[in-house]
Amino acid sequence: MAVVQDVHGHVHGHPTGIMRWIGATNHKDIGTMYLCFSLTMLFIGGFLIMGVRAELFMPGMQIFEPEVFNSFTTLHGLIMVFGAIMPAFVGFANWQVPMMIGAPDMAFARMNNWSFWLLPVAASLLIGSFFVPGGAAAGGWTFYPPLSTQGGLGVDMMIFAIHILGASSIMGAINIITTILNMRAPGMTLMKMPMFVWTWLITAYLLVLVMPVLAGTVTMLLTDRHFGTSFFNAAGGGDPVLFQHVFWFFGHPEVYIMILPSFGIVSEVIPTFARKPLFGYSSMVYATASIAILSCIVWAHHMFSVGMPAAGQLFFMYATMLIAVPTGVKVFNWTATMWRGSMTFETPMLFAIGFILLFVIGGFSGVVCALVPVDIQVQDTYYVIAHFHYVLVSGSLFSLFAGAYYWLPKWSGRMYDETLGKWHFWLSMVFFNLTFFVQHFLGLAGMPRRIPDYALQFADFNMISSIGAFGFGLAQLLFVYIVIKCLRSGEKAPDMPWDGAKTLEWTHLPTPAPYHSFETPPVVKF
Amino acid sequence: MGSKLLSFWVGVMVLGFYSGSAVSSKYNLPEPQTIIAQQIYDQHIWALWICLVIFIAVFGVMGYSIVKHRKSAGYKAANFHHSTTVEIIWTAIPCIILIFMAWPATKTVIAMKDTTESDITVKVTGYQWMWGYDYLQGEGEGIKFYSQLATSQSEIHNETPKGENYLLEVNNRLVVPVGKKIRIILTANDVLHAWWVPALGVKQDAIPGFIRDTWFTADNVGVFRGQCAELCGKEHGFMPIVVEVVEEQQYAQWVADQLKTAATDANAAIINAAAK
Amino acid sequence: MSQATEHYYVPAPSKWPIIGSTALVFMGFGAALTMNKLPLGYSLLGIGFAILVFMLFGWFGEVIRESQKGVYHAQEDRSFRWGMTWFIFSEVMFFAAFFGALFYMRTFSIPWLAGEGVGGVDHALLWPDFTGDWPTAGPGFADNFTPMGAWGIPAINTLLLLTSGVTITLAHWALQKNDRSGLKLWMLATIALGVTFLGFQIYEYGHAYADLNLKLTSGAYGSTFYMLTGFHGFHVTLGTIMLIVIYFRSAAGHFKPEHHFGFEGVAWYWHFVDVVWLGLFIFVYLV
Ligand code: HEA
Ligand code: HEA
Ligand code: CUA
Ligand SMILES: [Cu+2]
Repeated sequence: MAVVQDVHGHVHGHPTGIMRWIGATNHKDIGTMYLCFSLTMLFIGGFLIMGVRAELFMPGMQIFEPEVFNSFTTLHGLIMVFGAIMPAFVGFANWQVPMMIGAPDMAFARMNNWSFWLLPVAASLLIGSFFVPGGAAAGGWTFYPPLSTQGGLGVDMMIFAIHILGASSIMGAINIITTILNMRAPGMTLMKMPMFVWTWLITAYLLVLVMPVLAGTVTMLLTDRHFGTSFFNAAGGGDPVLFQHVFWFFGHPEVYIMILPSFGIVSEVIPTFARKPLFGYSSMVYATASIAILSCIVWAHHMFSVGMPAAGQLFFMYATMLIAVPTGVKVFNWTATMWRGSMTFETPMLFAIGFILLFVIGGFSGVVCALVPVDIQVQDTYYVIAHFHYVLVSGSLFSLFAGAYYWLPKWSGRMYDETLGKWHFWLSMVFFNLTFFVQHFLGLAGMPRRIPDYALQFADFNMISSIGAFGFGLAQLLFVYIVIKCLRSGEKAPDMPWDGAKTLEWTHLPTPAPYHSFETPPVVKF
Repeated sequence: MGSKLLSFWVGVMVLGFYSGSAVSSKYNLPEPQTIIAQQIYDQHIWALWICLVIFIAVFGVMGYSIVKHRKSAGYKAANFHHSTTVEIIWTAIPCIILIFMAWPATKTVIAMKDTTESDITVKVTGYQWMWGYDYLQGEGEGIKFYSQLATSQSEIHNETPKGENYLLEVNNRLVVPVGKKIRIILTANDVLHAWWVPALGVKQDAIPGFIRDTWFTADNVGVFRGQCAELCGKEHGFMPIVVEVVEEQQYAQWVADQLKTAATDANAAIINAAAK
Repeated sequence: MSQATEHYYVPAPSKWPIIGSTALVFMGFGAALTMNKLPLGYSLLGIGFAILVFMLFGWFGEVIRESQKGVYHAQEDRSFRWGMTWFIFSEVMFFAAFFGALFYMRTFSIPWLAGEGVGGVDHALLWPDFTGDWPTAGPGFADNFTPMGAWGIPAINTLLLLTSGVTITLAHWALQKNDRSGLKLWMLATIALGVTFLGFQIYEYGHAYADLNLKLTSGAYGSTFYMLTGFHGFHVTLGTIMLIVIYFRSAAGHFKPEHHFGFEGVAWYWHFVDVVWLGLFIFVYLV
């Protein structure tokens, strides 16, 4: 096909060699690096938790010292959240946002590069901390003091890693906001933007709102550890619970940072494969915004057992439950989009439907957690673990798979193997539920989280869960195989592999997308 | 419509079976031993029912359209994409449902906070890694002891077979009388811990430097077990809680024994000190 | 293409980000080692810092050269404005965390420690002698200190910063009227005010440590006082450095009356620092 976009004047061409990646200013190259990085981190975080699941396979201590076990859990949480899921979404934003709004690139291309290249720095601090005296941080990904005031060098490395990750996220978010606000093609008004772009705009606002607070939090922890301040020390007038407030003021919006772009991806995939426009576009936008706003006033639902005054508990309970309403609107809109569509079920669609099904289960267990009395029982148990893996793994991760299969043809110009893709979906689906569904029971029956050994009545479910986890992990190897196979020997993709796709990257660009797209803005008519 | 109805009834039966048989099984919360625990239990089941109904409604519709509205079945796509009425309805209904969930929860929250008029007050202190109990007021005032994991290292390291209460046994149990309101005052000595006994419906973090309180009134005698529920370092998984609820006169007997040994210990200490 | 100059400027691959990352590898490991009193810490930290400074010079130098070449047009200019706006917003949130901590301690934790809340049991059991009057070093620290009064140096500093807000605006007006000497004059005045502010602050810290026994380790009051004023002072330092850069750029003839985002970005930042100071003056010194 004619690569019209490559005709340009003084604009530099196609950089090659190592500097193409190290110095990259092209949003597609940076997006690719983000995605590769995040896949690597998924494997590292997954590897850690496979160790945990192996230890939990049977009662008794088999593999780990308790402290090492705790550091595996801790680093699993941190690496998955900051290393796998968040960068993956930023990778999608890098690839897709400029193409979907008709922009030539991200607004700040060089800063974009730095946002990425900060990640390996942080990762090296996190992973390196396993090898220093005292070992890695072992206070959970929430690193509550005073426990985290006790740790050694590993905790400080984690703190600096978080500072750097925060800087990376803030720069990334500013870049995305600016790109969306300032670089849209003529005619692309805000209310015509694809849902994915909208969800990212709102996510980016959440990021600039809460990442600096996290930076402040870890800074206070650092000075408490080494410079004698008393933010989290009762003897000096501080309070360990203060940490939890500031941490969760970041932490709760953070979980929506990890789900809103998912909603965006699913809102692109469903209409395409239902061959029918997204139902209730504007209410989707408002629902996303409401979720983001509400997410800033619910943080203390992670702290129902710290002994807040009743008024506080009630306020946070009501606010939390309210989030079910806009989220419900989204689910209903997706259902209505599918209703009377003309559906086909390629892998992206399967993952999107799997996403809705399992995310709703995770949402329901979230609402159960939000009921203060019930949360008093399930807080810090495997019930919570089950809740958030339903929203994070079968939520965020599944939507990422949906998006990856959906856009892989656009990115690479080749088709993935549909049969293998379906295998990947069904294996993931089965093993995922095997792993995490039984954890609801474990939690209800009283198994606390973050323990390396457990009482005998929890034995059979833990074994099932571990088997499921190994199966789920192996199924992800299939994904890597599918991607490699697609890149090396996949069939050539047609310009429009999905007949229902309506967004600019499909309608206005050839497949694969040229290295420089939309150097002259397209004219967008709807 | 048939498949929808069928799945509805299957779901109802599964959950009905679940809520009937799950009492005191490993699929659900342990059998409640206090009013609060009972309310929690009921609210959990109530929430599950609501979720099940919504689940069936949503995925019934979605399942139907997945089966019927597929391209391979020759279905042609409609082109609607908006309906304000529908949107308002499905915003309003969840709001109403949520009120029905929040209402009973609100009453329980308020009840949980009412620690007044207790018969016995016990101060519980979390240590890395054991619990300290301190009877502050009421019958048994003055009793103090520490409570530590009683499971042997050889069981933990798979050298000897694991006993029935593996990891859930302690050297000194917290003993309380049945039917009396027990107020628990919590603090911690080093890091956060959480004192949790599921059957009693009590979980409260222990925070160094601060005091928090909670309460329970056990309805039946028995031994109820729980664990520390806040990550507190390497032995976090190894600091269980055992509460023994006994009849009143048995409790009086226990108190007398405890105070006597405490007194002899104290005497011995004085004599020892004098001898030096 | 003829309208190539209309294109949004996408820079060529750049080495600066990776240099910055290298700096942070050194600094991250170095700082962690230093704080745990392990060998090599200071050297790594020093190397990292040197690389960082080199990177900042290089990167900003490149941006300035590009700007002088005229590659930034209206759309790029808008990008810079959005970028700076949200960067400043993120800084506001950073300070919000510390203001939040101050607020929480004063309204919640300290009264609780003094026995408010759970029927006064806190008081009897844990900290019987603690009254919870602000300012305090907390119930567990015996050290006595004198709090920092508001009407001495802090009030002078408030005046200095407020004045500097005016002078930088005067400089901006001068720039808009293309009055280059006015621009330079008012810039110099702003810088002088900033430096004086910092001088006073250093003096104040010395005074606090030497005479008032007020230290970073003085419990709640010491922690919040030093962290808030300290981070603010750090931002004033950065702002002053930025002002100095802008001064030299003005002297070198950069900036046009209708196109001078570099100047405005720094001015915004300076105003932000100013506003934060007002918050500090009220909540840390006054009430
Ligand atoms: C992607 C991440 C994600 C998402 C989207 C959510 C979504 C929600 N979460 Fe979750 N949560 C986490 C990630 C996430 N959570 C994590 C990581 C933790 C643990 C952190 C840690 O401690 O380590 C956690 C913990 C957590 C807790 C604390 C548990 C504890 O520690 O004791 C609570 C309590 O309220 C909670 C509630 C909710 C609620 C109400 C939602 C809602 O947003 C869900 C809304 C969705 C639905 C309800 C389904 C669809 C709606 C309908 C079909 C409409 C009709 C429904 C009704 C009327 C009910 N979550
Ligand atoms: C953000 C996303 C995210 C993701 C994607 C995952 C993915 C998984 N998580 Fe977890 N998890 C968290 C976030 C996430 N998690 C958080 C925040 C915590 C809390 C931490 C804390 O308490 O502080 C947690 C805690 C947590 C626990 C509780 C640990 C404890 O309390 O001690 C468990 C236990 O089962 C668990 C399991 C899993 C499993 C089996 C997967 C699987 O989905 C992983 C699958 C992936 C792989 C396995 C890698 C790929 C494959 C290979 C490397 C090939 C080799 C495979 C084999 C050898 C089989 N996670
Ligand atoms: Cu004590 Cu966990
Ligand atoms: Cu939350």
